[in-house]
Amino acid sequence: MQAPALRRDSVAWELTRAILVLLAIVGTTVLLLFVGGYSVSSGLAALWRGSLGSWYAFTSATLVRAIPLMLTGVAVAIAFRAGVLNIGAEGQLLAGAAAGAAVALTLGGLPAAIVVVLALAASAVGGAGWASLAAFLRSRFAVLEVISTIMLNFVALYAVSYLVRGPLQEPTHVYPQSSTIGDAIHLPRIVGAGRLHSGLLLALGVSFVAGWVLRRTAAGFRLIAAGESPSAATSAGGIDVMATTTRTFLVSGALAGLAGGVEVLGVTFALYENISPGYGYTAIAVALLARLDPWRVAVTALLFGGLEAGAGAMQRDAGVPSTLVTVIEAALILAVVAAGALRRRSSFPASDTSPITA
Amino acid sequence: MTLPHSHDAPVALALRGIDKRYGNVQALSAATLEVRPGTVHALLGENGAGKSTLMRIAYGLERADAGAQFVWNDRVRVTSAAVAIAHGIGMVHQHFTLVPTMTVAENIALGGHGRLDLAAVARRVDELSTSTGFALNPNARVETLSVGAQQRVEIAKALVQAARILILDEPTAVLAPAESAELLRWVRAYADAGNAAVLITHKLREALSVADDVTVLRRGRTVLAARRDDVTPDTLTSAMIGEELNGTRAKSSAGDSRPRAASEAVFRADRLTLSDADGIVRVRDATFEINAGEIVGIAAVEASGQRELLRALAGRLAPASGVLAHPSAVGFVPEDRHHEAVLLNRSLSENVALRGAGARRGMMDWDAVGAQTERLMLEYDVRAESAHVPIRTLSGGNQQKLVLARELELDSNSERALVVENPTRGLDVRATAEVHARLRSAALDGAAIVLYSSDIDEVLLLATRVFVVFERAVRELPLDRERIGQAMVGAA
Amino acid sequence: MTDVVEPFFAATIRTAVPLALAALGELLVERTGLINIGLEGAILAGAFGALVGASGHGVVLGFASAAAAGLIVALIFVAFVVWARADQIITGTALTLLSMGATGTLYRTMYGSSGAALSIPTSAALPIPGLASLPVVGAPLFSQPPITYFVYVLAPVLAWWLARTHAGLALRAIGDRPDAAEAAGIAVDRARALAVLVGGALGGLAGGTLVLAQAGTFAEGMSAGRGFIAIAIVALGRWTPIGVVGAALLFGAASALQFAFQAMGWNAPYQVFLAVPYLLTLAALAGAVGRARAPASLGQALEPHR
Repeated sequence: MQAPALRRDSVAWELTRAILVLLAIVGTTVLLLFVGGYSVSSGLAALWRGSLGSWYAFTSATLVRAIPLMLTGVAVAIAFRAGVLNIGAEGQLLAGAAAGAAVALTLGGLPAAIVVVLALAASAVGGAGWASLAAFLRSRFAVLEVISTIMLNFVALYAVSYLVRGPLQEPTHVYPQSSTIGDAIHLPRIVGAGRLHSGLLLALGVSFVAGWVLRRTAAGFRLIAAGESPSAATSAGGIDVMATTTRTFLVSGALAGLAGGVEVLGVTFALYENISPGYGYTAIAVALLARLDPWRVAVTALLFGGLEAGAGAMQRDAGVPSTLVTVIEAALILAVVAAGALRRRSSFPASDTSPITA
Repeated sequence: MTLPHSHDAPVALALRGIDKRYGNVQALSAATLEVRPGTVHALLGENGAGKSTLMRIAYGLERADAGAQFVWNDRVRVTSAAVAIAHGIGMVHQHFTLVPTMTVAENIALGGHGRLDLAAVARRVDELSTSTGFALNPNARVETLSVGAQQRVEIAKALVQAARILILDEPTAVLAPAESAELLRWVRAYADAGNAAVLITHKLREALSVADDVTVLRRGRTVLAARRDDVTPDTLTSAMIGEELNGTRAKSSAGDSRPRAASEAVFRADRLTLSDADGIVRVRDATFEINAGEIVGIAAVEASGQRELLRALAGRLAPASGVLAHPSAVGFVPEDRHHEAVLLNRSLSENVALRGAGARRGMMDWDAVGAQTERLMLEYDVRAESAHVPIRTLSGGNQQKLVLARELELDSNSERALVVENPTRGLDVRATAEVHARLRSAALDGAAIVLYSSDIDEVLLLATRVFVVFERAVRELPLDRERIGQAMVGAA
Repeated sequence: MTDVVEPFFAATIRTAVPLALAALGELLVERTGLINIGLEGAILAGAFGALVGASGHGVVLGFASAAAAGLIVALIFVAFVVWARADQIITGTALTLLSMGATGTLYRTMYGSSGAALSIPTSAALPIPGLASLPVVGAPLFSQPPITYFVYVLAPVLAWWLARTHAGLALRAIGDRPDAAEAAGIAVDRARALAVLVGGALGGLAGGTLVLAQAGTFAEGMSAGRGFIAIAIVALGRWTPIGVVGAALLFGAASALQFAFQAMGWNAPYQVFLAVPYLLTLAALAGAVGRARAPASLGQALEPHR
């Protein structure tokens, strides 16, 4: 028996793991900077400055980015947990952003608070609707959702491109973007925290509720069982796996769509083509590193928010291309997946339990 | 009683001092096997004794942690099946290693090199058909063949590769008595021609009827190696199961069943027809009743429709036509526990909570589930650190006991009903005895139990009634081993 | 009418060639039961490799570098999935992300973040004497860069190899019943690794085609989902080489239609035409009735090492 301090589920182990991850990230960054011929010291300094180096950086760069990452991270986490490989958070975010912007711009007469609520609700519906296309193909035609959601990501991009040059374009018809959303309909800023908006509370709330649902409700248990072993869930549990996974897929899309709505109402205040710097894809790394636990997603979203904020500073100040961070994120995913695989290499019987959750 | 071996005595195949560990299970410990040329060598042992593992090592599909292998007196290192084949070792596996969608010729050609000349392969297959007496059609797709025919293709594969040492892993498990006899006759002739055959089996009778030498494995160790003439069924039995005889080989429970005053039918079938996942009819027009307190044994050769029947009785498969009345919640212990009954990475509590999870609404009361799990663990003697450890850390026997406990739990509204499929497969003798005892006591308490085992002796040991499934028909027969055996293949 | 039909055929072949290359490679991979979602990453890496290799060194080196770059991506896939038995879907997705990030970073580092187009040699059309002067189909089919002719030869060669060699038989068996293949003495993991490597190299060549025979330059993300479309083409083509080429041509034709429509004065938003390949992929996957003919072990987790 191992010493209690090192047991898999203990706090000390969690902390150890967190520190190892941080070290790995810093180490990888150093390595890539060095290999790329960049100044390691100014690169790292810029990374720090841009993410945690000041209160402003922390609130207005890191936390602001952590919000959509948290929402999409939870979206991806619950989907993966149910065995649904939703790589389409990016497209669902865009669909949600478009729906939220459309509602916010057209509901002129109503009280602002109601418009905000309706716009956010519309963004959730938009994301769920976008996901439902892939969910339908999956349940009816057994189309691999990995491929269909990626295809739909591209379609969403073109759809937004069309919208901001057509039906939703700003009145002068010069720029490929929507009109600006009125000040009253912005998500309120958190006082004393720069550009940080109250979407943070929503994101934290979603993370908490999702984690609680998985741990404490029958629906959450069914989701976990369906993802771990669809055959055992069906045979031993009498669970309708297809219904469970489809519902999860839609909720996942809704959360990603909500991320889009939150971005539009809290950060961009308009719809345009590049409102997401790949949040939907980063969300995969966020979710995997959190071992698909919504509560841990709150922490990993913060980590990646810092990374992306720092990446912006690295590019501005040290001339390091921001795509470097994509490399780090991909490397992290590979590391997590490899660690899980190597752990499983010890003698346990081959089973169809999800390899993602090991 | 061990056969002294001198290293100069000619051996066709020898395995010496083989160790093999899987995680914290020592599957083999200094196991040995000495096969003389021109003999049939029976490798005996209970389920889980290590027989298959040892021979998979000999054939290169597994690697030993320690030990040595000799083929025709030369020390060899068999690192893969290709190496084994090159040394003239062939293997007929328990679960056939054929590609169902490919033809007989393609399957036999598999593993060759260079250009593929199927016509030449077909000619070779025809030659083989004549020389062995097997009727092989080179162009038939394997999935269309009967189980016996598929096995003959497996054997032909080995012969084409000029195997002079043939390992057969439980070959008669899937055959009817008549086909088994024919196979054993062929094996005898093969050995007499100067080759060597290793027959892995847990059936004493079979081993004694055809073998020259026997080796017995128990818990991964060689406990006996002798000439066939120097052993008796009793010495073999006690070697196989060791000191734990203790009446575990209890007599048939047919005498134990108490007649119920008013027999309440728990299962009722009326012209029941069942189809499998591909829409093929597996059971047609079955009509029967099963009452509380009965243990109904299902006897059938592999893939005769029992799979569908069991699942229909357990409420997991809807009838294609006809009527099947069963309690609202029927316990089910499937053969493939790891894929169909448990969530391997989740805790014991979560696995207990799995039953009925599909219908549960609202919140999960984990405290109550935990208490229930602990109670079940105590009642059914499930050995584990706590209710919170992942179920995969338990031994097979303890996992099975927990599954059984979960499935036997009384549901408030319905009578207790349980369907079990090969419940003791892979369990050691002690766990097997415990499972048998649970089933018997559940029946005595009034549960209706349907038991399928591919081991007809296990069926006869426990059942109060027997149904035979053959060619889509379900018939009840008296507890007569011979009649049942014949009915399983349609010979009566 | 011929002035619409001939360009239409030409555009069809042009679009189809890189798709066919990548799909033929993926075909081999999927016949062993694996799915390489990282194919997109291999194509993009190949495009960048072509840029690096051809700059100042000529087209042949460009294609060689493209293949090598694709091979590197495939090597990582082999290490993680075949050796470490990591999940193939997530590994593939991560590899695509890695390739996007790495090619973007390297491109900006080596060629400046302004992304100026550079003069790379292009692979010129090589007309086949006689055949190229056939009416209507002559120029589109037989006045093509050499890489197109490579595809014409590759498909039937692969078809023959799969059906008429023991190695091809072994590959097919691995995809259906890996345990049967292993028991027959086939080195299953080695075959899988080789298939993935060849698939990666062909994917890299597809990327090279985009740069050297079509765009003439590199742009970040220029693979634009072709790797995923190639996976759909494999399914649509029923996992046979000739079927795959047919499906690639179908996609090429569908994409080429947009030019025909525009030439005929059709006025739909251009985004619709851009979206066509992706929508078509979805339709193809949904309609791939040949699901029954997929290799039986496709996408399943690999069995643990001995």
